[in-house]
Order: sequence, then structure tokens, then C-alpha cells
Amino acid sequence: MSLLDFLNRFFGKDNTTSKNVAKERLRLVLVHDRANVSPQLLESLKEDLIKVISNYMEIDENALEVNLDSSDDSVALVANIPVVRMKRINGEVEEKIG
Amino acid sequence: MGEVIVITSGKGGVGKTTTTANIGTGLASLGYKVVLVDTDIGLRNLDVVMGLENRIVYDIVDVTTGNCRLKQALIKDKRFEGLYLLPAAQTKDKSAVTPEDMKNLTGELKAEFDFVIIDCPAGIEQGFKNAIAGAEKAIVIATPEVSAVRDADRIIGLLEAAELREPKLIVNRIRPLMVKKGDMMGIEDMIDILAIDLLGVVPDDESIVVSTNRGEPAVLDNNSRAGEAYRNIAKRITGQQVPLMNLEVPDGLLHKFKKLLGFK
Repeated sequence: MSLLDFLNRFFGKDNTTSKNVAKERLRLVLVHDRANVSPQLLESLKEDLIKVISNYMEIDENALEVNLDSSDDSVALVANIPVVRMKRINGEVEEKIG
Repeated sequence: MGEVIVITSGKGGVGKTTTTANIGTGLASLGYKVVLVDTDIGLRNLDVVMGLENRIVYDIVDVTTGNCRLKQALIKDKRFEGLYLLPAAQTKDKSAVTPEDMKNLTGELKAEFDFVIIDCPAGIEQGFKNAIAGAEKAIVIATPEVSAVRDADRIIGLLEAAELREPKLIVNRIRPLMVKKGDMMGIEDMIDILAIDLLGVVPDDESIVVSTNRGEPAVLDNNSRAGEAYRNIAKRITGQQVPLMNLEVPDGLLHKFKKLLGFK
């Protein structure tokens, strides 16, 4: 262990301290745990997405997929949304959303 | 009308029973009428931690099946006038009691007592559902380990789904030196992850083993650090504002050096 490593460790600023490893692992695992516990969360997110996107384009609501995808050190929200048709937008979008 | 508080954690072995015994005894020492209910049917332990194992005649299943009256099953504590224990059954299984039974039982108890403290079994199955059925408030215990924190997070979700809003956290068995070295999650780390309010922090303390050996809750031992933490927690439950105890452990040479220089 170099002196710098030692100092970092001593002052708790090192990301490789086992405490920080534990926090990071927990953060990732809880994203999944919480999503699994409440499928209704993904369901209501889906409904909201449909609402917003429908202001701009016509989408195939039945084929819409929303999932949490995780790699080693990050979690991503992956949405697959088939577009049927674009709407003509002439600057009145803001009104519709508002 | 009293308050019904469930002590839960998800993971086993993080200190639910010890905490129940100490909070209950702490509240009784402040003069409140308290009953402790052990809902861990088949794995009864609150009686030995309280040192009352020799006095059991009837248990919780005898009450819910109508085998005896509630008053007959309540065991009076040997130290405090207002402290009672309703022991779990040791020979039955968890399906012997239903959530409906527990609602009736806690309803009856809170008419008599200021605090009804329920010791919940580990897990999220029937025993957990029974334990929380009649509760109005919940305390979640977690030690600073990934497994305990993960299970605590799950339990918090289940409590909220069961309309037990705003559970409070007790961080148990924290070791300040390890936290300082970056080898254990600290209080802030755990609050950050679990996102609930903190009720108290109990340091890892050998005196808990000794007090459990003797069947005398540590909260009665004025020299016990864990006991002091539990006394503070009991006061906070009654609404008093008590600051977190100083967890700093005298740090060997460095501490002596600082002391020498007058920093402490």
C-alpha cells in the first residue's frame, strides 16, 4: 500500500474501501429488488410514457416494452416503443401537453 | 389507549428479540405499563432473554384458541410492576395464529397497556403477517451488513404496502472503529440507502451477551453502552428529544496523544 493509498483509506475517500463496495453493491441490488416488489411501478411508468409520447406520435401500445436492464455497475431503463405514425406538429405541442 | 409497535427486520439474528426486551424494559423503567408479545411461534426466545422462562404456564396460542383467558397467559416481570410478557407457543406452528386473531389480541392489550411491543419472527411469511396485523407503528432493525440492509429494504416495502407508514430504523451492532476505517457502513450510509428516519443506534457490545446469559436486559445495566443506547431509544419512543450518544471509541495511541496535547 502506497502512502497515498493509505491516506485515502485513512480519510475514507477511497472508493475501494469495503464500505463503499458494500454501498455500491446494495444500490444496484435494491434497484432490482424494489422494481420486482412493485411491478405496478413499471406499469404506471408505462402509462405515463404512453400519455406523453402520444402527444407526438402514434405508438403501438400493446407492443410497448419497458424494462430495467443491468450490467456490472449500472442499471438502465430500456424502453422499446414501436411507432405507427408521426403526428404533424405545428407548434401547438406545448398546449396539448400542458 | 396504548400504542402497538412491531419490531421487525426480515433477516434473522440482527437483534429483534434483544431489542424488544430492552425497549420494553426501558419503557417499563420509565413508569409505563408495557406488554411484550412474542409472535415467533415454534422458536420462542423472548422469555429466556427476559429471564422469565420458568414462569410460563399458558402461551399466545392458548389465548387465541380460547384455551385460557388473556390475563392468565400474561407473565408478570420480576423487576417492574407494569411489565408483562405474552410468550409464544413452542410446540405449535405459525399457522396456529391468524392475522385476525392478532388484531383482536392487540386490540384487547392496548386497552390495558401504554405500550404493546411485538417481537416479529424472521422472514416475510405467515409469522410476519401475523406480527404486523395489529400494529400501528413499526421499528426496523438492521445491522451494517449488505444482507441485513437488503432485507430491511424489503421489509420497509412490505410494511408500507400494509399501510404501516413511516417505519423507524434502529442500526444495531455498529462498530465505530470499523466505520472510521472505511470497513463498515456508517449511520449516514444506511439512512441514505434505506431512506427512513433513524430512531437509534446501538453499538456492538459484549455486555449484550452477558446480559442475555443472565436473563437481565442490558438496559438495566448502567455500565453497558448498548444499554445506554436502548435507554435513549425508549425515551425517544415516549416523545422525548434525546441526542444520539457519542459512539467515538478512545483510539489507542492517537487518543492518548491528543489527550496529552489537551484536545480532549
